[in-house]
Amino acid sequence: MATEIRDPKTMSTVEMMKDEALFRQGLRARHRRGTLWKRFFQLALAIAFLALIALFFNIVNAAFGYIIENYAVDPQTLAPDGDLSALSEEALVDILLTNQSNRLPVYIRDYLFAGDASQFTSQPMYQALPNATLPEGTADLTVRDLTPEQQAQILIDNMDQRQLVSVVEAQVVSPSVLKTYSLMESIFNRAAIEQEYQEQFAAQGAVLRFYSWVNIDFITSPMSSNPAATGVRTAIQGTLWVVVLTILIAFPIGVGAAIYLEEYSSHEENSLTARISRIIETNIRNLAGVPSIIYGLLGLAIFVRVLSDITGGRTIISASLTMALLILPVIIINAQEAIRAVPSSMRDGSFGLGATRWQTVYKIVLPSALPGILTGTILGMSRAVGETAPLIIIGASTFILTDPSGPLSKFTVLPILVYNWTSRPQQPFRDAAAAGIIVLLIILLILNATAIIVRQRARRRLAS
Amino acid sequence: MATPIDAGHEAGQITDVVQPLGPEQKRSSIAKRLRPIDGLVRVLLLLCGIVSIVVTVGLVIVLGTEALTFFAKPEVGILEFLFSTTWQPVAGEFGILPLLNATLVTSFWAMVVALPLGFGAAIYLSEYAKPATRDRLKPILEVLAGIPTVTYGFFALTFMTPILRGIFGQDTVQIYNMLSAGLVMGIMILPTIASMSEDALRAVPLSLREASYGLGATKFETVAKVVFPAALSGLIAATLVGVARAVGETMIVALASGAGPVRELTVIPFGSGETITGHIARISGGDLSYGSIDYQSLFALGLYLFIFTLGLNLLSQRITKRFREVYQ
Repeated sequence: MATEIRDPKTMSTVEMMKDEALFRQGLRARHRRGTLWKRFFQLALAIAFLALIALFFNIVNAAFGYIIENYAVDPQTLAPDGDLSALSEEALVDILLTNQSNRLPVYIRDYLFAGDASQFTSQPMYQALPNATLPEGTADLTVRDLTPEQQAQILIDNMDQRQLVSVVEAQVVSPSVLKTYSLMESIFNRAAIEQEYQEQFAAQGAVLRFYSWVNIDFITSPMSSNPAATGVRTAIQGTLWVVVLTILIAFPIGVGAAIYLEEYSSHEENSLTARISRIIETNIRNLAGVPSIIYGLLGLAIFVRVLSDITGGRTIISASLTMALLILPVIIINAQEAIRAVPSSMRDGSFGLGATRWQTVYKIVLPSALPGILTGTILGMSRAVGETAPLIIIGASTFILTDPSGPLSKFTVLPILVYNWTSRPQQPFRDAAAAGIIVLLIILLILNATAIIVRQRARRRLAS
Repeated sequence: MATPIDAGHEAGQITDVVQPLGPEQKRSSIAKRLRPIDGLVRVLLLLCGIVSIVVTVGLVIVLGTEALTFFAKPEVGILEFLFSTTWQPVAGEFGILPLLNATLVTSFWAMVVALPLGFGAAIYLSEYAKPATRDRLKPILEVLAGIPTVTYGFFALTFMTPILRGIFGQDTVQIYNMLSAGLVMGIMILPTIASMSEDALRAVPLSLREASYGLGATKFETVAKVVFPAALSGLIAATLVGVARAVGETMIVALASGAGPVRELTVIPFGSGETITGHIARISGGDLSYGSIDYQSLFALGLYLFIFTLGLNLLSQRITKRFREVYQ
């Protein structure tokens, strides 16, 4: 409401009191509005917090809970107390031989053969399994020509007991999850779950039990097309390989670029080096905003396709090179900030003592910038651990049973597994995906905790 | 403490050392002796810096050449690519609009979530919260920012979608829908927008706020009428970066928004719709033969995405730069 503003001197006391009352009324309204908006601003943060809680809750809810499980062959009949891991290699292979003698070539292919799966049956054994111990007289035969006993011997000679346990578990015992329940259902609706189990599943010999999808077997077994027997071992190893190689490539280049930009580029306007630095700097800012999937396309075209003779195609090294390019801007920008934060008096002191620029950088600037540089590096590492899209593009395997053995092996990583499992319609795979996410988040947590510790150590050392 | 005699003695020593070496040519010989290492290091470091330029050039060349071979094919024209409303690689139809449609719809809903919440959180952190509170609250956003995007995809599909289907009805909302992907993407972008906006708000000089208080404005009036407008360019820059991230985000849409481009261009987000990024991820997931038209179409889409996001980022940088000049 628009009231005319008047000089108080011309007002009578009554008028002044009215004016005052009006002002106070308006002021109350203004403060009310202010409080209301303040509540909204708080609400925004509260919603962010709630989203975070919902995110974690949703994962935990899927990763634990009752399952109804059925076995093709009850483990109780195979081993005392159903404990397969207590059996010897021979006993395990014996189980395979009696139950699935026609599938032995498949296990040989999946666990021992490294090449293209479609060519396995046509190659003689010495060519297909060059590093394996082969039974007498089988080297020139193809896998189809071997007797089941010879095939079994190859499995005994070349696989360790743990691998055989997981084969027997996945293929002979073959637990199939008939139904899963979320953690909330399991806690608050137990009676209904038990009733459903008794009515529909108990008759066929299925078992109802509380199950944690994250468990030792899940972490130590390779993946499987059976959600109940699947695991993330190959993916964890793939993730570690990719991240370590990525950092080995990106760290020296990133820190080198940051040193150049902060310490070596000339401060004179319009000189050549200053212009180059400006271009590099703008360029890095722009690269930081490029969607990660586009790096995937770059990696696909260059590292996987053009350089396939060197990288071997869809391998760990291709993935690491792609990831290195992706996290380069993160490392450079953070290292630049850390280097910039080193007081120039320290540089001047070093120059004053007669040190060259490189001596100054190496002995004075870098040590005191190190905590910041490491923080940036770990940020980049976390990014490399969690990124999925570029690796989908360059073709990380979604199904692979052999552990990666070096930079040139095929591989898969945790986020790819999570993506793959989530995109399947069966609920058990979604639950396994939730377990995969928990493992992924734990790895990230460990990384970040390390970052904090390293940073604080380095700070303390500098302070003393 | 040095006595004058000591000082003189030391000075004498120094001249003793320096003079026999000779003033001019000796100094240059020291410089010569040290330069090779320094020069080599300088070159190596410069090379490290140039890697980033090589990457950019590589991106442009790779995307450009593959996209050019794609457009040179008789099945596709660049006009058809940009304006046709069907994307059916099997039938030789490559119109980007249906994919772009889904990208824009999901990004729109992401911004509907991320802008008010991001600005709200930023204003609270920068204007209202005490430093101690701020330090305690900020990790929430940092954790949100650090979670891998595939986790958000899982969240969208297994949490947000059932909720939406519960609210709007199973028949209205499909299992794979753009709304769920968009909303969750908004949560993912929220930390980016909040932290950039907070920087922008905090860069507004205190004197502006104090002048406003001096004129009798309340805290909120100061925030809404003085600080917010003063930081507007920074907030716009944050928004643009947020949009660029939403457009380029892959995992959430690949998991939650569905496969197969929208049939008809639509703004209704309840149906499934494949975004540009989602399509690239799905197609390249299979066995793709190099040199096939599908393979090349990926690069055409990638180039489109690259130009789109680069444009947004450049605009954002330009705006930020201008805004920095005003207050420093």
